[in-house]
Amino acid sequence: MSDIAALPDLLERCREICAQHGNRPDALIEILHAVQAERGYLADDALKGIAQALNISRAEIYGVVTFYHDFRREPPPRHVVKLCRAEACQAVGSDELARHAEARLADSASIGVEAVYCLGNCALGPAALVDGKLKARLTAASLDVIFADLERQA
Amino acid sequence: MSAIRIFVPIDAAAQSVGANEVAAAIAMEASKRGIDIELVRNGSRGMLWLEPLVEVETDAGRLAYGPVSAEDVPSLFDASFHSGGEHRLGHGLTESIPYFAKQERLSFARCGVIDPLNLADYEAHGGLAGLRRALTMVPRDVVAEISESGLRGRGGAGFPTGIKWKTALEQPAGQRYVCANADEGDSGTFADRMLMEGDPFALIEGMAIAGHAIGADIGYIYIRSEYPHAIATMRHATEIWHAAGLSDFRVEIRVGGGAYICGEESSMLESIEGKRGQVRAKPPIPAISGLFGKPTAVNNVLTLAAVCDILAKGAAYYRDFGMGRSRGTQAFQLAGDVARGGLVEKAFGVTLRELVEDFGGGTRSGKPLRAVQAGGPLGAYIPATALDVEMDYEALAATGAMLGHGGIVLFNDSVDMAKQARFAFEFCAIESCGKCTPCRIGAVRGKEVMDKVIAGEDRTSNLALVEDLCEIMTDGSLCAMGGLTPMPVLSALRHFPEDFGRE
Ligand SMILES: Cc1cc2nc3c(=O)[nH]c(=O)nc-3n(C[C@H](O)[C@H](O)[C@H](O)COP(=O)(O)O)c2cc1C
Ligand code: SF4
Ligand code: FES
Repeated sequence: MSDIAALPDLLERCREICAQHGNRPDALIEILHAVQAERGYLADDALKGIAQALNISRAEIYGVVTFYHDFRREPPPRHVVKLCRAEACQAVGSDELARHAEARLADSASIGVEAVYCLGNCALGPAALVDGKLKARLTAASLDVIFADLERQA
Repeated sequence: MSAIRIFVPIDAAAQSVGANEVAAAIAMEASKRGIDIELVRNGSRGMLWLEPLVEVETDAGRLAYGPVSAEDVPSLFDASFHSGGEHRLGHGLTESIPYFAKQERLSFARCGVIDPLNLADYEAHGGLAGLRRALTMVPRDVVAEISESGLRGRGGAGFPTGIKWKTALEQPAGQRYVCANADEGDSGTFADRMLMEGDPFALIEGMAIAGHAIGADIGYIYIRSEYPHAIATMRHATEIWHAAGLSDFRVEIRVGGGAYICGEESSMLESIEGKRGQVRAKPPIPAISGLFGKPTAVNNVLTLAAVCDILAKGAAYYRDFGMGRSRGTQAFQLAGDVARGGLVEKAFGVTLRELVEDFGGGTRSGKPLRAVQAGGPLGAYIPATALDVEMDYEALAATGAMLGHGGIVLFNDSVDMAKQARFAFEFCAIESCGKCTPCRIGAVRGKEVMDKVIAGEDRTSNLALVEDLCEIMTDGSLCAMGGLTPMPVLSALRHFPEDFGRE
């Protein structure tokens, strides 16, 4: 993935996004989500641009970014599989599934498996969000099919 | 002849098992066969093991077919399901399916029935009646009606909603806010999500009623980022609501950042203000000093949905459901290793056994049930031998358990309760906001000590240490994250000592 977050227009784009939110400091988390949705992660320049537009310190923004699990400071893998690791999915084997995924993807650069704690699909677990798409009743076999699909798109 | 109405849920859970593919296949097959249909994307009826649950409208009522896959669609048309034909996936009338028929659907009466984003449909099914009535009343009377209904907050703490609103109303004049807590972080829960995706106007209407009651004209809905479908539906519903000009109440949506603690109300307020979600010391309570320091009613999605019904039908109607000090209905959610997982709205007082066995049908795996965790990650593990407890705030508390947000997670006999206890500490360590030491340090220590217990190292003294840590966390934590993490740990240890190497 090219490093789009570092393209020269990042500062300008951050200012635009902040303006769309009325440059309101209370909209900071919305703004961070919006920038990350476009650029994949929050590069130093993004924090700088947002800090200028909202007139708050970069340290304050850094504090917020690091508090929330959602925000990334590094480019994400090409495909993200958020596998639910919470209790209702544990009850139907999500721990084993996570171990399977880890072994299967040991040398995959394009797919990243991340832990999440509940996706609201607890009656149909194990659940995952695959590039934002909700999946249900996952098994090692169905997960392998998903990985193979993602690798083909890679 | 008018088009045949066919319903295919758009609910995220239904989509996760192929509802979009089924909807596309139905549209394609109908056009191929020259059959005039109107495809409605409804919410889920909550019978999640039957999803995708396709319904066909007939003179006798809506007929259910499920679980339908895209491959089944041609055979459904061959069997003339669109005019009620019999098929191996058929279940007869949706509302006669025992799982559904035995429920008391108040807050979820419209969910799965209507087109979620059709305001006319919403109104035709009883929507807006509560708000219309509320707007004819003075705020004090609206608050009184809520107090009389006995409604308690559905977010977990069970605090009386009327008292909260009264406190906010009595503050000096000025800006106030309503905040809907849609953070729904508890494992095993999905009722808020289902309501937002299946009947989003009910949440907005409940907020508008709350706004009228406490004198707030702005509301925020804080939705967790793990719910992209609900976020999209609520954004859309909010635009429609504003455009319809139904009241002066304005709603803004805020998306969480993947932090469980932001479900705790003061942490949520910090997050809505654009800050780190660190828990605030209480007092002051949010009803006195909440969002931006102004009086704020923070309520769970289901609390606000219940408010609509109470105003529409009167406090007495709602109060007549339930038992003891738990009035009305609760949306129970059956999850984990469960045969018939889904949403069961029942009056308080139903037993855990009825929910697990009659509704849930036991485990999906067929293995014996060993434990049930009720009330989310901070709730107790209850052994399969103790299911006769009535589901009511006080009755559960008396057994050392809690109702929380109504999640019920089934575990079969392969579960290792020492591992579950370890996970409770681990989860607390990951999600702690870091403000107080017993939680921040205690959870990490607890996890380490449980690792030793699991490895069989000096179990007697390590388990004594776990108990000490739990005591410190219970007594010394600022909020229920640290304060209740001991509940799953100690309940596991108490009921399943053999898993900890204790006889
Ligand atoms: C760690 C923690 C997590 C919580 N998560 C939620 C949640 O996801 N949703 C919710 O409505 N309440 C949650 N609560 C409870 C809220 O603090 C608060 O009591 C509730 O939103 C008040 O609304 P209610 O009175 O309508 O229940 C949580 C509390 C704690 C301590
Ligand atoms: S108990 Fe834990 S989550 Fe709650 S305030 Fe203390 S550190 Fe934060
Ligand atoms: S616990 Fe996995 S989706 Fe809820």
